[in-house]
Amino acid sequence: MYAFDYHRPDSLRKAASLAATVEDAKFLAGGHTLLPTMKQRLASPSALIDLNRVKELAGIELRGRTIVIGAMTRHASVEQSPEIQQALPALAELAHLIGDPQVRHRGTIGGSIANNDPAADYPAACVALGATIVTNKRKLAADEFFTGLFDTALEDGEIITKVVFPVASRAAYAKFRNPASRYALAGVFVAKRGSDIRVAVTGAGESGVFRLPEFEEALKKRFSPKSIEGLKVSPDGLIGDIHADPAYRAQLVAVMARRAVAKAAAR
Amino acid sequence: MNATGIGAAVRRKEDQRFITGKGQYTDDVNRAGQAYAAFVRSPHAHAEIRGIDTSAALAMPGVIAVLTGADLAADKIGGLICGWMIHSKDGSPMKAGAHPALAQGKVRYVGDHVAVVIAETALQARDAAEAVSVDYNVLPAVVDPAKVKGATAVHDVAPDNTVFSWQLGDKAGTDAAFASAAHVTRLDFINNRLVPNAIEPRAAVGDYDAGTDSFTLYTTSQNPHVARLVLSAFIGIAPENKLRVIAPDVGGGFGSKIFIYAEETVCVWAAKRVGRPVKWTADRTEAFLADAHGRDHVTRAELALDAKGKMLGLRVHTIANLGAYLSTFSSSVPTYLYAPLLSGQYDIPAIYAEVDGVYTNTAPVDAYRGAGRPEATFVVERLVEVAAREIGSDPVAFRKKNFVSKFPHQTPVIMNYDVGNYPAAMDKALELADYKGFARRKRESAKAGKLRGLGFSAYIEACGIAPSQAVGSLGAGVGLWESAEVRVNPTGSVEVLTGSHSHGQGHETTFAQLVSDRLGIGIDQVSVVHGDTDKVQFGMGTYGSRSGAVGMSAIVKALDKVIAKGRKVAAYVLEAAESDIEFKDGRFTVAGTDKGLAFGEVALQAYIAHKFSGQELEPGLKEGAFYDPTNFTFPAGVHICELEIDPDTGVARIDRWTAVDDFGTVINPMIVEGQVHGGIAQGVGQALLEGAHYDDEGQLVTASFMDYAMPRAGDLPSYTVGMTVTPCPSNPLGIKGCGEAGAIAAPPAVINAITDALGHEHVAMPATSQEIWRALQRMPTQMAAE
Ligand SMILES: Cc1cc2nc3c(=O)[nH]c(=O)nc-3n(C[C@H](O)[C@H](O)[C@H](O)COP(=O)(O)OP(=O)(O)OC[C@H]3O[C@@H](n4cnc5c(N)ncnc54)[C@H](O)[C@@H]3O)c2cc1C
Repeated sequence: MYAFDYHRPDSLRKAASLAATVEDAKFLAGGHTLLPTMKQRLASPSALIDLNRVKELAGIELRGRTIVIGAMTRHASVEQSPEIQQALPALAELAHLIGDPQVRHRGTIGGSIANNDPAADYPAACVALGATIVTNKRKLAADEFFTGLFDTALEDGEIITKVVFPVASRAAYAKFRNPASRYALAGVFVAKRGSDIRVAVTGAGESGVFRLPEFEEALKKRFSPKSIEGLKVSPDGLIGDIHADPAYRAQLVAVMARRAVAKAAAR
Repeated sequence: MNATGIGAAVRRKEDQRFITGKGQYTDDVNRAGQAYAAFVRSPHAHAEIRGIDTSAALAMPGVIAVLTGADLAADKIGGLICGWMIHSKDGSPMKAGAHPALAQGKVRYVGDHVAVVIAETALQARDAAEAVSVDYNVLPAVVDPAKVKGATAVHDVAPDNTVFSWQLGDKAGTDAAFASAAHVTRLDFINNRLVPNAIEPRAAVGDYDAGTDSFTLYTTSQNPHVARLVLSAFIGIAPENKLRVIAPDVGGGFGSKIFIYAEETVCVWAAKRVGRPVKWTADRTEAFLADAHGRDHVTRAELALDAKGKMLGLRVHTIANLGAYLSTFSSSVPTYLYAPLLSGQYDIPAIYAEVDGVYTNTAPVDAYRGAGRPEATFVVERLVEVAAREIGSDPVAFRKKNFVSKFPHQTPVIMNYDVGNYPAAMDKALELADYKGFARRKRESAKAGKLRGLGFSAYIEACGIAPSQAVGSLGAGVGLWESAEVRVNPTGSVEVLTGSHSHGQGHETTFAQLVSDRLGIGIDQVSVVHGDTDKVQFGMGTYGSRSGAVGMSAIVKALDKVIAKGRKVAAYVLEAAESDIEFKDGRFTVAGTDKGLAFGEVALQAYIAHKFSGQELEPGLKEGAFYDPTNFTFPAGVHICELEIDPDTGVARIDRWTAVDDFGTVINPMIVEGQVHGGIAQGVGQALLEGAHYDDEGQLVTASFMDYAMPRAGDLPSYTVGMTVTPCPSNPLGIKGCGEAGAIAAPPAVINAITDALGHEHVAMPATSQEIWRALQRMPTQMAAE
């Protein structure tokens, strides 16, 4: 790690103004991606703006047919929230499948989606549920937010404040873990909200989270694993690494999709 | 049985310290005025060094010195050594290239040590290490051990990158056996390269005392005396009497901390150079890049059978990847620790093995838990399982038909098995595994769309290394005895000084149990002292499951001497003839009377020396012993793995694990069971998850836990562990050794189970879900038949 300055604002306004004035600064949330990268000297921000004391970023709230999650909410809080377990159990299950207990008690939803790791879990939920990402400047639909590998629509100094998830009548997440890191090798989030059915895939795409229109169409006819039984996923554009080549990833995506649908259909 | 004696499952004495964070590891050692070292490491797998510019680094804040190979040479510091000479078939000695502690002219793997920066803080040292500018001329790298011939030479002394072409056994006899065979089973496989990953990374603090012109090295070592010997006699740091090596608490080794590495050497040397204590603690990336790796064999193996299914011969050709330099014991691992185990538990009349040790541009490879024996067991147990399938024999019946049944048994490959009962372990394992119920469980799995398989591994290992004369004749540079000293204090408490070294094995408990058993005192009255060359006179350290069979045997010898001396003292005090003094349950008594003294009373009398004159008997109660074994020991057993494969994803889930081991006498069943558990986890790791992967340019792709998959608790079932006992006849306690059994037994059990489930043999290790899924894609018809 190289030396850096450290700021710890206690309000969103102070955080934003620091970001506007301090050069080459980065926000620090759970630190589970940023700090290892800095330790390995792959990132060298001249300053960190710690968001951990910013009050406006905390909390989980059920508001009508939506769940509002503050950006600094830890994965463990999502996993254990009675409101989420009740209204949107698929999201609590997803949080439960992230990393290990240490990771879940530090990592935050804001940090996860800001980072947009192609193997992270939350992006699949955001896209499948049609979440809205709220920042200190604007509101973004998930489909516009995730723009590519480790890339988002966030501008310099823009802070995610919360994520708003519409509650779906039927939803489920199925994940195949990377045996080493526990990130997703293939993760599929399926959500049915009225007639809107979305199947979002993480862990597999070379440019991050993507949807499976063919699967969505088939499920619109009948929301059952049978509807997608014969459907295959093309390996084109899928990630290949030592753990899974594109062909195997394509297989895993199809299998996870069937499992997610089976679970959601049973809800 | 004494409540804390041999056979008692007492809790480990050391755990209180470890669990409450009171352990003292090398990184906990801090010396006044200490500076920090950071190593400049090669980013290239193979390159010439045209020049090193240290000026920018020297100008950075806090930097004390930047040292290179030229400075080592100027101080006449020698290179690292390989302590086991192997001769090729043609009689020529192995071709060992120089291994300087800091590169001299060339780098040979990614992570190779080029220079060291010493600075006031660890961060300053790191920052400055990045500012050292090295001018590299990059050379082609050779990574694949099967493709070294014709590749650019890693060392000029070995133009075809072959260190040795070694053989063992009777080639003509074996060829004749194959010529007459009714059936031959042939297999090609790779024993995957592993990264040891001890929880504590390597670390060193070098200290130099100008007043006495002497050095102290605190280091993460499994064998501090050997480290001192090598640093003195070969590397030339200082004479042994001017060099103290301390290995305090050490957090796991698995072999990787046996060796004498560059970083530790540089720290102790640099301490005098810069006039400051020098500390280095590896980070995890350095551990991945620069700890000696394990395994990495490419093998073709063949088993010849007669028409009745009796084994006639075994023929093996192995290419062993030794990496870029010969690490301390690397040459012995794929030769004398490997081929002599190729007879397994079987009576095989003819065996011939050829091993080519080769250089590649990868990290050095050396002993890792099991060291050669897991590789041998994999060869034998895969061949045996496949041969049984090919001739349509039941794998149990086939094994039993070929088991060694008469002892002692001389194999064609050096080893003389002293004792064992192989069918007994097999029968017990079958029962514990509910083998009879397997067919039913397989049907149930099939109904759920899963493929169930069961695999055996009937392993043998050679532990208790080793008779010094024997290993000397095979090329070892040292003797492999062990030493012990028992110091009885005037109040009857005891310190045991041992040349063994504990880094997770629980010696502080088991060694104390032995003393408790023999002297009749509680284990709390016994302290075990190890890991400091100023306290313990000499020792060979801990590896190869030798601390029980060899280390404890030395303690037994010393204890016998203590008891003999105690009888003399007791005779004076009790005014009886020495021959009438008996010692039992912690009391010296006059035979046939109720006159007696407790052990502690005799100790006190030995020190106050009021009842005998100095001419008759020396005061004090302290005895030492060296124990040199007369044979290897041969732990053996049967492990059964039962698993279920999900054909959709290729995931193999281990459902049941049964282990029946014969370790001879067991001192502490709980510790032994723990060793079995850990060993199985490591073996399953090798079979299903772990694999060090270099790309074609020699970059280590799996250089962190994000890509290198270690087994987790959730990857393993609860084990069923049983034992059979045939005490070892060659040592006083009857101990065989248990430290490596699980890691040796597990890999073939897993692969045999997977191939049983799939119904074909082509699955490589690690059998990841991807590997299994691909294997399934290659055989659509059989799948449909399931
Ligand atoms: C061993 C391990 C295993 C893991 N396994 C998984 C897994 O299985 N699945 C998974 O999804 N993730 C996994 N993660 C990632 C982890 O869960 C976090 O989601 C991730 O590290 C990012 O969250 P963080 O709070 O730690 O963010 P940080 O590391 O603090 O920040 C990450 C990035 O986001 C930016 N940022 C943070 N908060 C905001 C904000 N409010 N507004 C704008 N920018 C912001 C930071 O500046 C930084 O660039 C794993 C991590 C580790 C270390």
